[in-house]
Amino acid sequence: MAESYATEHEVSHPGLQHHFENMDQQREASALGMWVFLVTEIMFFGGMFLAYTLYRWKYPESFEVASNHLDIWLGAVNTVVLICSSFTMALTVYCTQIGRQQLQILFLVLTMIFGVTFLGIKAVEYKQKYDDNLIPGRLIPGHPFNPSVQEEGKPADKHKLHLIPGATVRNVELFYWIYFAMTGMHALHMIIGLGIMLVLLFFSVRGRYGPEYHNPIEISGLYWHFVDIVWIFLFPLLYLLGRHIGHG
Amino acid sequence: MSEHIVSVKVYFAIFLALLVGTVLTAWVAFFDFPGPLNAIVALTIACIKAALVILYFMHMRYSSRLIWVVFGAALFWLAIMFALTFSDYSTRSWLPVF
Amino acid sequence: MEEFKVPPPSKINYLNAEYGLKSWLLTRDHKRIALLYLGSISFFFMIGGIYAMLIRLELLTPHGQLLTSTTYNKVFTQHGIIMVFFFLIPSIPATLGNFLVPLMIGAKDLAFPRINLLSWYIYMLGGIVTIYALLAGGVDTGWTFYVPFSTTFSNSYVVATGLGIFISGFSSILTGLNFIVTIHTMRAPGMTWFRMPLFIWAHYATSLIMILGTPVIAITILLLAFERLAHVGIFDPALGGDPILFQHLFWFYSHPAVYIMVLPGMGVVSELIANFSRKNVFGYKFVAFSSLAIAIFGFLVWGHHLFVASQSVYAGMIFSFLSFAVAIPSAVKVFNWSATLYKGSISYETPMLYGLGFIGLFTIGGMTGLFLAALAVDVHLSDTYFVIAHFHYIMVGGTLLAYLGGLHYWWPKITGRMYPEGWGRFSALVVFIGFNLTFLPQFVLGYMGMPRRYHYYPEEFQVLHVLSTAGASILGVGLLIPAIYLLWSMRYGPIAPANPWHLPGLEWRTQSPPPTENFEQTPVVTWEAYEFAPIDEMEVVGRYGESKAEV
Repeated sequence: MAESYATEHEVSHPGLQHHFENMDQQREASALGMWVFLVTEIMFFGGMFLAYTLYRWKYPESFEVASNHLDIWLGAVNTVVLICSSFTMALTVYCTQIGRQQLQILFLVLTMIFGVTFLGIKAVEYKQKYDDNLIPGRLIPGHPFNPSVQEEGKPADKHKLHLIPGATVRNVELFYWIYFAMTGMHALHMIIGLGIMLVLLFFSVRGRYGPEYHNPIEISGLYWHFVDIVWIFLFPLLYLLGRHIGHG
Repeated sequence: MSEHIVSVKVYFAIFLALLVGTVLTAWVAFFDFPGPLNAIVALTIACIKAALVILYFMHMRYSSRLIWVVFGAALFWLAIMFALTFSDYSTRSWLPVF
Repeated sequence: MEEFKVPPPSKINYLNAEYGLKSWLLTRDHKRIALLYLGSISFFFMIGGIYAMLIRLELLTPHGQLLTSTTYNKVFTQHGIIMVFFFLIPSIPATLGNFLVPLMIGAKDLAFPRINLLSWYIYMLGGIVTIYALLAGGVDTGWTFYVPFSTTFSNSYVVATGLGIFISGFSSILTGLNFIVTIHTMRAPGMTWFRMPLFIWAHYATSLIMILGTPVIAITILLLAFERLAHVGIFDPALGGDPILFQHLFWFYSHPAVYIMVLPGMGVVSELIANFSRKNVFGYKFVAFSSLAIAIFGFLVWGHHLFVASQSVYAGMIFSFLSFAVAIPSAVKVFNWSATLYKGSISYETPMLYGLGFIGLFTIGGMTGLFLAALAVDVHLSDTYFVIAHFHYIMVGGTLLAYLGGLHYWWPKITGRMYPEGWGRFSALVVFIGFNLTFLPQFVLGYMGMPRRYHYYPEEFQVLHVLSTAGASILGVGLLIPAIYLLWSMRYGPIAPANPWHLPGLEWRTQSPPPTENFEQTPVVTWEAYEFAPIDEMEVVGRYGESKAEV
């Protein structure tokens, strides 16, 4: 593939940087660069998934109890919202490729709206956990981890932890730290992604991207889909693992 | 070396499949399967969803072999990290050799 | 060899293309960024070196008369942190690698020049945060930050130091990413994978480790910082966590990090050995693939740091076996270098002296590593000076010597000036003697039972400690001499020709120093790596870029 670069000299595109021979080489480099970056992201989240796996394996009951206390509906809705945003992001790339600038901007804005919706729902969930005193450690000073535990024989209260044999409040706290670490890191990636999209939107409106030149849109899309994939795993691992035992 | 443009139809089909997958995984979570099957079912559905996103939304299916290798490397190294760490934890309770 | 046409000497090169501080701080030229790194890395090396001298001075006497115990803990911790994260890991890749990867494959620059500059700024930011932590009160956990001491008990600046390392990790990731993409997509026409110099193969393997390992230490340090600040627990047994998980995650990166340090050194030495014996490297493909093998095997052995840390003995057996396996690709390299020397026309210029020193010292460092990989022996040697001596043979005897050798070898290309050869050889000798005198006694000390990280020791150990400190002083002088004459040569050294060593590599086929875009026009490669012509044919390149063929 390297052989083709030197001979041909196409008309220089304004988006072509000086050290590349042509647009193909530049495009290939930026796509590969983003994939390599995603590899680092996989390893980054991998460390947390490892910790999750270890403690879920060590403390299965506590993890099931703690997981049941998460709001499955908010989690499921958020999953759908994120899939929608991934879909519109894919369409953004598509519209750029075929040169439909108006649609490209529309889908980009839709993607951002879905992204913001996700973060909003996440905030609602965090608030619920705050109200139930489920913020682990001293993450919020003066607001320690102190959930009330459901007592036997009393009417079920969804704000209380329903401990089953083998589950302890201490290990529930461990689950909640992993939950906040993983979803928090995921949310941070969403916020960074939204920031990137603001920049993309700015240049899209000025008509910078089209069939000839759209690496930035394309690789930002890769990043956004990756963040979506992380959530695809977080949803079942965090929200669904104890549903079969019933207690809410 | 022009790029492949995926049609809207494919995108839409994948989108629907992802929605179905989400409903499915939430629904089956309420059934108790024997042994480790609960986790296996949930992870299988998640892996299929992730694969759809990677193959079609991220255009992996139409990408060069190099991209496959790069992505495969990430999975391989992730597997190393998990396998060797658990080689420790899963054998801790075994009887001592001596 | 008809390709030997060096463009007529031009007065414009990357150094004088632009002037002023701004032209340096905002540069996107990989060669200028390499020099920025060179300056800042030398600065951190100096700080780390001062800490090293403090340690050696303290250990002159058995009763710890110079420093308090707390200060001593901080001094060896900070020596380790500065040397590992701010010198050894970026040393060769960020300076020589940055400068040479595009030159050697015939590219105009790295694939992402702005990200390259960003990586330097991130490195500096991480360095400044770490220096702040050191000035504010320092850190005393050892460079390994083991929990729960670091999260719960230490009263030093753990979080700030961790933050510095976390930040600088991104610079490492970005450098690795840039190299991988550049090597894949920016090779000149005709520069096939198996025509690449082995330096490039080594940097490719290094970059793999950088992008696969560094993110794991990043998340580990982040979790550690949260644990310390917010009392949330993944690692703290009091909170249901497992402290060994920290060691697993830490060494998942930090063991391969040793190969981040030494693989580029192996790349440099492959160049030195082949070029100064004027022979193709024996078994080129084996050496190339052994770099990749080291990058992969390097990730399978981290558990040998946990043999006595309550890791399962069964895991210990697996890790022990795998640790022995990683010796194979390393040995392949040593054997092939030796075979390359055989019947070569060897010349002993300064870089070659460093290269030969590397082979010997790396072999000692590697072989003693096998002692430590053996489960039973490690129980005796774990956390003793034997370990210290072992990894200094790899890191100083390996990486530092290769770095110095590479710096001398490419100095004419980097600065356009020759260094004084006599002084070069002399200081190479001083470094070699000083290094061995420092660390050979430490093997003995460790075997006799001197633990690491202690500054009180039985009086019968004193003779060996005095020997070691004497060696460290000689080593210090040996490092000071090149620092002086290299700086001197930048202004007063003889003007370097385009190809002072008469070599075929692409980096020698452009003027010294190279122009901003490296080559007048994109080179087309029609020769194999290390394809040596007889010396007088190589003269075609000629001094000062004159072409004999044209004459």
